[in-house]
Amino acid sequence: MSLTGTPIQAPLEEQPAGVDAAAANPKIEGRSTWQLAWARLRRDRAAVISAVVILIIILVAIFAPVFATITGHGVNEQFRTTGLNPEGLPVAPGKTFLLGTDDQGRDLLVRLAYGSRVSLEVGVLATLLTVAVGAVLGLAAGYLGGIVDTIVARLVDLVLSLPYLLFAISLVSISHPGMRIVIIVIVVFGWAAVARIIRGQVLSIREKEFIEAARSLGASSWRIMFVEILPNVMAQLIVYATLLIPVSIVAEASLSFLGLGIPPPTADWGQMLAEAESIYQQAWWFIVFPGAALLITTLAFNILGDGVRDALDPRIDRL
Amino acid sequence: MSGDVILSLTDVVKHFPVQSGSIRRNKDVVHAVDGVTLEVRHGETLGLVGETGCGKSTLARCITRLFDLTSGQIVFDGKDISTLKARDMRPLRREMQMIFQDPYSSLNPRKTVGSIIGEPFVIHGLEREKDARKRAVQRLMELVGLNPEHYNRFPAEFSGGQRQRIGLARALALKPKLIVCDEPVSALDVSIQAQVLNLLADLQSQLGLTYIFISHDLSVVRHVSDRVALMYLGKIAELSPSEDLYEKPRHPYANALLSAVPTPDPAEAAKKKKIILVGDVPSPVHPPSGCRFHPRCPKAQQLCVDEDPELVARAGDQPSHLTACHFPVKSAEELITATPQIAEHERIVEPEAVSAETVSELIEKGAP
Repeated sequence: MSLTGTPIQAPLEEQPAGVDAAAANPKIEGRSTWQLAWARLRRDRAAVISAVVILIIILVAIFAPVFATITGHGVNEQFRTTGLNPEGLPVAPGKTFLLGTDDQGRDLLVRLAYGSRVSLEVGVLATLLTVAVGAVLGLAAGYLGGIVDTIVARLVDLVLSLPYLLFAISLVSISHPGMRIVIIVIVVFGWAAVARIIRGQVLSIREKEFIEAARSLGASSWRIMFVEILPNVMAQLIVYATLLIPVSIVAEASLSFLGLGIPPPTADWGQMLAEAESIYQQAWWFIVFPGAALLITTLAFNILGDGVRDALDPRIDRL
Repeated sequence: MSGDVILSLTDVVKHFPVQSGSIRRNKDVVHAVDGVTLEVRHGETLGLVGETGCGKSTLARCITRLFDLTSGQIVFDGKDISTLKARDMRPLRREMQMIFQDPYSSLNPRKTVGSIIGEPFVIHGLEREKDARKRAVQRLMELVGLNPEHYNRFPAEFSGGQRQRIGLARALALKPKLIVCDEPVSALDVSIQAQVLNLLADLQSQLGLTYIFISHDLSVVRHVSDRVALMYLGKIAELSPSEDLYEKPRHPYANALLSAVPTPDPAEAAKKKKIILVGDVPSPVHPPSGCRFHPRCPKAQQLCVDEDPELVARAGDQPSHLTACHFPVKSAEELITATPQIAEHERIVEPEAVSAETVSELIEKGAP
C-alpha cells in the first residue's frame, strides 16, 4: 500500500450525494428484520392456519353476546324444564341446545363463547405482564450487573424452586378469588424464565461496541437498556410471549378447575371441566366441548408461536 | 501543527481485578495501563501503537471515561475529568468522541442509519425538531461521503467502509474537538483503509480536529501521525515526533518492532537484519520488575531489573523525543549482536519456535 502523505479527495464508495442520482435509480426499499420475518411467517402454512383459528376464537370472544341473542339463551340462564331431562341430567346436543347443556341446564355453546373471553383475557394480560416484568428485570440484571444482577438472580432461583401449585393455592386462599389473583399468580411464576433468557441475551449484547458508542455519546443507562438493547431482544420476547399465551391459558384453566380461579357463575373453561368431572359419563358433551375448546386454543397459539420462532430465527436474523 | 495542550494525562493507571474461585477474591490485578503520562496538542494526531494486549484500547477508554481510572489524572480542555461521574461527564462528551474498531458491532443493527447518526442530537437535546434533525443528519452523511438518500437504511445494508463512515458521522455530529480513533481501519480492506484515512485527514483540516489514533499497524500510524507513542505492557516505551521514531528509534523494543516491518523491495529486505526478540510478552498480571522489557531486551543490565526507567529525553535527542530506557540504542549500534548483562533467571528463554512468534504475528497484522 502506498499511502501518499497529502490528503486527497476521498474517493466515495457511493455515488456522490445528489438528488439526480437517487431519482434516476428506482427506489430500492431496505427490508427490516420484521418485514423479512413476516414474509417467512406467511409462507408457513401451519402458522397461517393457527393464526386463522386464533382470529376465529378472538371473534367468538368479541361476539359472545351474539350467540346469546341468536339462541335466546342468556349465559347464566338456567333452563330447568328444557335444559334438563326428567332425571335432572343435562340434555344432549340438539336443535334447541346446539352443544347440549350443563348440569344446571345452561346452554353450553353460549357458555363456551363467554368462556373464551376469560381465557383470552387472562392469556394475553398475564403474558404481557409476565414479559414486561421479566424483560425489565432481565435488562437491568444483564446491563447493570453487580448488586442488581445478584438480587435478580437470587429471586429467579427462588421463584423457580417454589412448588407452583402449593404456592398458587396459598396465594389464592389469602385473597379474593378472581381474575386479578389468577393473573398475579401466573406473572409471579412466569417472569423468572423470561428474565433469565433476556439477561443472557443482554450479557452478550452489552459487550458490543455500539453500547460503548452510546455510552461515549453520553446516553444514560436507562436509554441504553430500553432504546439500544431492548430492540435487539424484541425477537426473543415476541417468541416467548406467543408461547407463553397458551401456558397462561392452561394455568388459568387449571386454577379454575381446582376452584382457585374465576368464581362461578362466570363462564370459564377450566371451571366447566371441573363441573363436568362428576357427570361426564352421562353427558360426554359437557367435558368434550370445553376440553376441545381449550385444546384447540392452546394448540393454535403453540403452533403460531413455533412459526414465529422459526420466522425470527436468530441464525437467519444475525445480530 | 502543534499548539495548546488539549488533553494531558498524568500517571494514568487502570487495573482490572482478576476474579478467581467461587468466592470473589480480588487478589490479582491485570495491569492494563500502568502509569501513562502524555500530552495531546490542539490539531495534532497522536499515534498510539503497540502489540495486542499492551493496553492501548484500555487507555483510549480511560481517556473517554468509558472506564473509571484506578489512579492518575486526565485533564481535558482545562478540566480535570478523571473522577467525573457519568452525569457530569455528559456535557464534555460533546467535545470528545470515539470511533470504534469493528464497523459491524459498533452500529446498532436494529436502528436506521438516520437514527444512529441522529442519536447524539437526541441525547444532548439538540435539533429537537424532526425535520431539522433529518437535515443535520443528511449534512453529516454528505460530509463523510455517504448518500443522504440512504437515511432510512439499516447498517446491514452497508459495506465495512461505509459503516465506518457512519460511525464517523455519528462521532462528528456534536462537533467534538478530540476524536479518539480505536483502530478505525484495522477491520477494513487495504484499499478502503486508504479512503477512510484520507477522509479522516480531510476532516481534520476542515474542522480542526485533534485525533488520538490507535493502531497496531506501524505503517498506518506513521502515515497519519504527527507524534507517536509506542506502548509496551501498559507503559509508554517511546514517545516522539513520528519521523524521529521511525528514523531513529531509541528504545530496543522500538528497534525490534521496526526491524520486523516488511520491506516491499526483496533486495532491500534481504539486506535488512531482523532483530528477533526472545520469549513472549509477559503476563500483565505479574509484570516484570524495573523496566518491563528487560526479560526480552538484548541490552538488559542489572539496572534494568532494579529500576523502572523514566520517560525522558535521552542524551543527544531532541527534547520532544522521549524514551523510557536506561541504555537507549545509538544510531550506529548493532542490536543483533548485543547480549544481555543480567542473571540468566531474569531472562525469559523460550524454545526457538516460540521466540519469533510474537514479532511475526505483529508482522502479519501489521504493515501490509
